[in-house]
Amino acid sequence: MKQFCARGEPQVWIAAAALAVTLLMAVTLIVVVMINGLGAFWPQRLATLDLNSGQAVLGHILKEEPLPYKEGTRLQLKTGNRDLYGLDFRWIERSKIKQIHYQDDVAVVERESYGDFYGLLTAVVLPQKTVQSGNLWQELERGREDADQVSDKVDKVTGQIEELNYALERRYKQIQKLKYEGVPETSAQRRNLKHEVDELQREFQVLVGKQHALESELHEYRAHFADINGRGVEIPLAEIMRYYKPNTMSLFERAGVYFGKLLELFYTNPRESNTEGGLFPAIFGTVLLIFVMSLFSFPLGVIAAIYLSEYAGNGPMVRMVRIAVNNLAGIPSIVYGIFGLGFFIYGLGGTIDQLFFPERLPTPTFGTGGLLWASLTLALLTVPVVIVTTEEALSAIPGGVREGSLALGSTRFQTLVRILIPMASPGIMTGLILSMARAAGEVAPLMITGVVKLAPALPLDGQFPFLHLDRKFMHLGFHIYDMGFQSPNVEAARPMVFVTTLLLVLIVLTMSGVAIRLRNKMKKKYTFGTF
Amino acid sequence: MNNVDPLTDSVIEVENLDFYYGDSQALFGLSMVFPRHQVTALIGPSGCGKSTFLRCLNRMNDMVDISRMNGSIRLDGMEVNSGSLDVIELRRKVGMVFQRSNPFPKSIYENVVYGLRIAGINARDVLDETVENSLKGAALWDEVKDRLHESALGMSGGQMQRLCIARAIAVNPEVILMDEPCSALDPKSTARVEDMIKDLREKYTIIIVTHNMQQAARVSDFTAFLYEGVLVEFGQTDELFVKPQNQQTEDYITGRFG
Repeated sequence: MKQFCARGEPQVWIAAAALAVTLLMAVTLIVVVMINGLGAFWPQRLATLDLNSGQAVLGHILKEEPLPYKEGTRLQLKTGNRDLYGLDFRWIERSKIKQIHYQDDVAVVERESYGDFYGLLTAVVLPQKTVQSGNLWQELERGREDADQVSDKVDKVTGQIEELNYALERRYKQIQKLKYEGVPETSAQRRNLKHEVDELQREFQVLVGKQHALESELHEYRAHFADINGRGVEIPLAEIMRYYKPNTMSLFERAGVYFGKLLELFYTNPRESNTEGGLFPAIFGTVLLIFVMSLFSFPLGVIAAIYLSEYAGNGPMVRMVRIAVNNLAGIPSIVYGIFGLGFFIYGLGGTIDQLFFPERLPTPTFGTGGLLWASLTLALLTVPVVIVTTEEALSAIPGGVREGSLALGSTRFQTLVRILIPMASPGIMTGLILSMARAAGEVAPLMITGVVKLAPALPLDGQFPFLHLDRKFMHLGFHIYDMGFQSPNVEAARPMVFVTTLLLVLIVLTMSGVAIRLRNKMKKKYTFGTF
Repeated sequence: MNNVDPLTDSVIEVENLDFYYGDSQALFGLSMVFPRHQVTALIGPSGCGKSTFLRCLNRMNDMVDISRMNGSIRLDGMEVNSGSLDVIELRRKVGMVFQRSNPFPKSIYENVVYGLRIAGINARDVLDETVENSLKGAALWDEVKDRLHESALGMSGGQMQRLCIARAIAVNPEVILMDEPCSALDPKSTARVEDMIKDLREKYTIIIVTHNMQQAARVSDFTAFLYEGVLVEFGQTDELFVKPQNQQTEDYITGRFG
């Protein structure tokens, strides 16, 4: 036994076991998230449950589990039709079910509000006619095409209204500023502005009238549906996003619906308090946040590390700074959040408001949470990571190379720029990867520095100055927290929680993947051959 | 040897050089001259201060914070040990080759022209010509002329060391310092570097630190023997090796200690 231990085999086994456990945990996490997240969009068959009471229930059977405190089991169904039933999930005891069968004509209708509708199509109402028999689905499709043309017009008018709104907003702000500066109402400047505002408002009224007219035209395209018990619902065609009959679909059609839904995640806005629809603003916010954060933390960290490693020497003061930097990485992130709130938002933001936007006070411009402050807070949080890795990369460069460069008559700065930084670049990239991964996973500091459940506008748009760093934004991490724990309809939000988690993991993996590829490229270029 | 005494035409004159690392003194009152266009070898046991002495000549010891230097080193009459000296200018005149080859992670071409580029010379024809001449001078041209733009890190150890020599002569220095340039090389590469050193003597003054007595005897015209920071003996290599004036020198070169 002693000999056995001395050979070192058990130590190897322990190390291997530790690695295996770590891998297992990571893989389990990913698999659970993937199964729950990716499975959520697969169009499942709609079951009709005939109850002993004579009523029927239509829905997806999600799971069956033993009754608490009683013999027997119960089924959980997603029944949809939140506008009719109030809830879209139901538990039904097995003993109360007479039979379960699958009807061919039932359909799933995805619509803009109240979640999915499950039931039967009874009539299609078009501007000239009402169709109640024949191929109703074909009529519906034709009606939708017409309705789409109208709704395109509505979108165009809405876009014009938004532009007008923006123009008005800008003039209101100018007036506010002039008023604050004490320019009298009778001055030419203010009279001009007033005139412009009146003009714009007249245009605005015309456009709003046009919009109303178009909307009522759009409302003439409707469809009548009935649930399994015959209760009717009217849905405007423009509000139907997608419909399908899951009980008669082929595998191929199912896959089509599945990937359609999956793709939608990436480019549509969330609906129904985030439990449905896409994740586009959250994805956008997350990526932009990490990007802006890197713009701050990367140069700052690299320059600080260069100073520490190449110029600062190794005195007691420098050693203390180094320890302090290392410890910064261990501070709980919420503390950074509070610092961000106190220093950036109230301190810096408040000062900016007083200096540059005093006319808008007490409404804050920069004195409230926003992308800029959240990015800066995260930059502060990740800068130690960049500093530590960059310093390590610089100190790993063999001293001979430095001497070789200096001996050829180069200055320290030339050596740094031409030799040391390129050689340290793979290490610096590692720091960037680590800091991005850390930043992507942080939620706590964001919650008090500018993340919101639903942002009215993206931080990047076509209006000058294009990148609005003062705006609040959405974030995948916060989205997960919000849907999982703050949602009024937790059951409905569950699949979205997993999907969002999966997406966040994917984004981090993609960004790290790109950075790692870059690093490996650099490594190949700058590593030393062996003798 | 020439008829003229080479000692009268010297590039570097060292007078009373003391050198300290913090509180410990490494060199004690060194005085000697390095004759122009000759190879001078510095020999002595480990820790005798020969590398330290070599690094004084192009002020590489500046990088060691706690170092201190007293005395005088004159390069063509210019005082090296002075605060007002332009160290960059000095290092351009006094090139250096290190014990371990230290090519930059760049192409062979860029390694050779590095000294010119940092001096602000970027004219293509000048660079091309320098690369060819320097690599020929370092007896490397024939081996690498077809892969000038490949990474220098893919070369063999001996090639890397010759590249470092080519890099040093590319800036056209007066003096080349070599700190045990062959200690990491195999015998064949060593022989090539030694041949090259003999050829380079035509144009440059070479000061070489070596542990290898045979090497000193083979390549150098003059030899200085250092022991514990003191210059024990300095003279023409033929004479120093055949009949050393000093007992310590004799003991060392006959292998009785060191």
